[in-house]
Amino acid sequence: MRLTIAVAAMLLALTGAASAKEWKEIRIATEGAYPPFNFVGSNGELQGFDVDIAKALCDKIGAKCTVVAQDWDGLIPALLASKYDAIAASMSITEERKQQVDFTERYASAPVSFVAPKDTKLTGVTPADLKGKIVGAQSSTTHATMLEDVYGPEGVTVKLYPTLDEANADLKSGRVDTVFADKIVLLDWLKKDGADCCKILGDVDDKQYARYFGEGIGLAVRKGDQDLKELLSKAIADIRADGTYDTIAKKYFDFEIY
Amino acid sequence: MSYYLDLLSFGPDGWGDELAQGALVTIALAVLTLPFGLMLGLLVALGQRSANRLARNAAIAFTTVFRGLPELLTLFIVYYGGQLLLQKLASVVGYGAQVQVNSFLAGFVALGLVLAAFSSEVWVGALNAIPNGQREAARALGLSARLSFRLVVLPQLVRVALPGLGNNWLVLLKDTSLVSTIALADLMRQTNIAVGSTKEPLFFYLVACLVYLFFSMLSGGALGWLEARTSRGQARRPA
Amino acid sequence: MSDILGSLINLDLMARYGPRFLDGVLVTLQLVGISFILGGLLAVPVALARLSKNSVPRALAYSYVYFFRGTPLLAQVFLVYYGAGQLRDAFEAVGLWTLFRDAWFCALLTFTLNTAAYQAEILRGGIRAVPGGQREAAFALGLPRWLTFGKVVLPQALVTALRPLGNELILMIKASAIVSLITIYDVMGVTRLAFSRSFDFQVYLWAAALYLILVEGVRRLWAVAERRLTRHLKPA
Repeated sequence: MRLTIAVAAMLLALTGAASAKEWKEIRIATEGAYPPFNFVGSNGELQGFDVDIAKALCDKIGAKCTVVAQDWDGLIPALLASKYDAIAASMSITEERKQQVDFTERYASAPVSFVAPKDTKLTGVTPADLKGKIVGAQSSTTHATMLEDVYGPEGVTVKLYPTLDEANADLKSGRVDTVFADKIVLLDWLKKDGADCCKILGDVDDKQYARYFGEGIGLAVRKGDQDLKELLSKAIADIRADGTYDTIAKKYFDFEIY
Repeated sequence: MSYYLDLLSFGPDGWGDELAQGALVTIALAVLTLPFGLMLGLLVALGQRSANRLARNAAIAFTTVFRGLPELLTLFIVYYGGQLLLQKLASVVGYGAQVQVNSFLAGFVALGLVLAAFSSEVWVGALNAIPNGQREAARALGLSARLSFRLVVLPQLVRVALPGLGNNWLVLLKDTSLVSTIALADLMRQTNIAVGSTKEPLFFYLVACLVYLFFSMLSGGALGWLEARTSRGQARRPA
Repeated sequence: MSDILGSLINLDLMARYGPRFLDGVLVTLQLVGISFILGGLLAVPVALARLSKNSVPRALAYSYVYFFRGTPLLAQVFLVYYGAGQLRDAFEAVGLWTLFRDAWFCALLTFTLNTAAYQAEILRGGIRAVPGGQREAAFALGLPRWLTFGKVVLPQALVTALRPLGNELILMIKASAIVSLITIYDVMGVTRLAFSRSFDFQVYLWAAALYLILVEGVRRLWAVAERRLTRHLKPA
């Protein structure tokens, strides 16, 4: 009996209680494997466009900010489970996700593309072009959902990876014929690790598939936290207006990202 | 060669310090989980031998479930489900603040439950190996049931159970790698991050394997020493 | 309370992912079944090398067993899968890339090597438990060494090994869940896919039920097989 009490006490001590509500402190999660939006440097710290934007937003709100890493697949479940208060991880604002969480106004847009090896025989990116081929994407993304719903039934094999890095590694080694993801992230990859192997195969009109790709990238918050959503949306407008946003964007991109 | 040494160097450009931190998290998780899992396992073992039918059935159900589920699934269920459950409980008792299960705690609980289920089998075997006469003699000397368990049964139990429990520990040590999937920065996750950044999977996964192997070897040595120590009192039978 | 009951089984979700879960069960069983059998075949020479009088095969077999038992299966799977990707050119040169390109093959290979290490240790214990007199009697009858091993020692060693081999099979079924991390849709892979689309926690509970049924089913089948194979040892 004494043991049970001790264990129970220990559990309580470890879980702890985090009071938020006044939003003096905001816990924001990102993925940490999606350069240049979010990644871990070899100094072990989270960096990237999403992280810088999140910190700038907290500054505007006047709140203390902790940015934590969470695997992509677990981002929304852990938000719902109150492990943190918001997600800043290049997450597209979609109808499917809106059933689970609320989004702020967008802070970036999200065009989508396919990449393939330079010597690929593929010429197009329609389901018919890719029939019998293997497409890689990151699981739990808008890209994965769209591939499964639109390309899968047309005879395209869809392989889903925990991170985009791993999908790209398999593209390089030839395990998949093409990879489908955010164009900006793919462009960044093509400038670095993918430079000698791969190229953009083609873009997909994200307006045509707006049902999947939504209205750009926003921060996700729990449905109950309307006040936080409004605080963040207002802060996005503020950093857009005062030039902070442009300064951050210039650090990572040489084109318009909003 | 020096390229690979640089990859392992400590400092902003190398991954040595990140991997070392990860290894510490791995060890901390395993070492903290061990007493929790073993104690719970002993409790479950006593439950299995209990005269109370309810306790017996509960203990059997516990071992069936946690020996049957993949460790990865147990971990996900504790991590996502435990949080939902706590949330519900907190709102039922009107506790307004948010409770949270972090990935370390989820790993601790999930691996502890699995360890308890597997070690309970070892404990049951060891309990059966101690002759009833020992307990009866202790009671005849006037020791209470509790005292005769603590002073007479338990010390022998540890000696008999040690080899089996040692195996449980080695399995636990390796199972900690699964927490990398719920974003705990253990050795495995730090390795994944290093691979993502350097595109050197062969090298870094091999290094990770060698670190785990090193921990296994250390444990093997420590267990041998412990076994020898706990059997000190055992007289060698003449050959 | 009623909403908890109502959400106990989400029929829409079941209709959408039920068939895929069955596919997942097949993938899990195939992967584990094949690697367990191949691993068993590989375990025999490894166990013999472990027992060899010659120190070279003994040391090699010892290192092999020590490596695969001393490191996490997860690390081994990543090492083979992503390591092979890095060595693509070398594999292409020897014509093996078509095999290593496939995640399923990489998983099968890793599982086979892993379970062979464990099964070799089980088998070694079984072989050592066969009394020396058995071997001597077979020699006295003029049986050659390999026949003695194949017809006298191995069958008896396997009887001793049956129970631990059953445990190893069950451990493999559980451990196989990690292949979901390298794009394979086994039971766990389908579960993660369904969860990532629905965020409905109950899919994890379905998976739990499926695994418990699988493990319990295999355990019972194994017990029946064990009883049949050891009939002759029962007192009449």
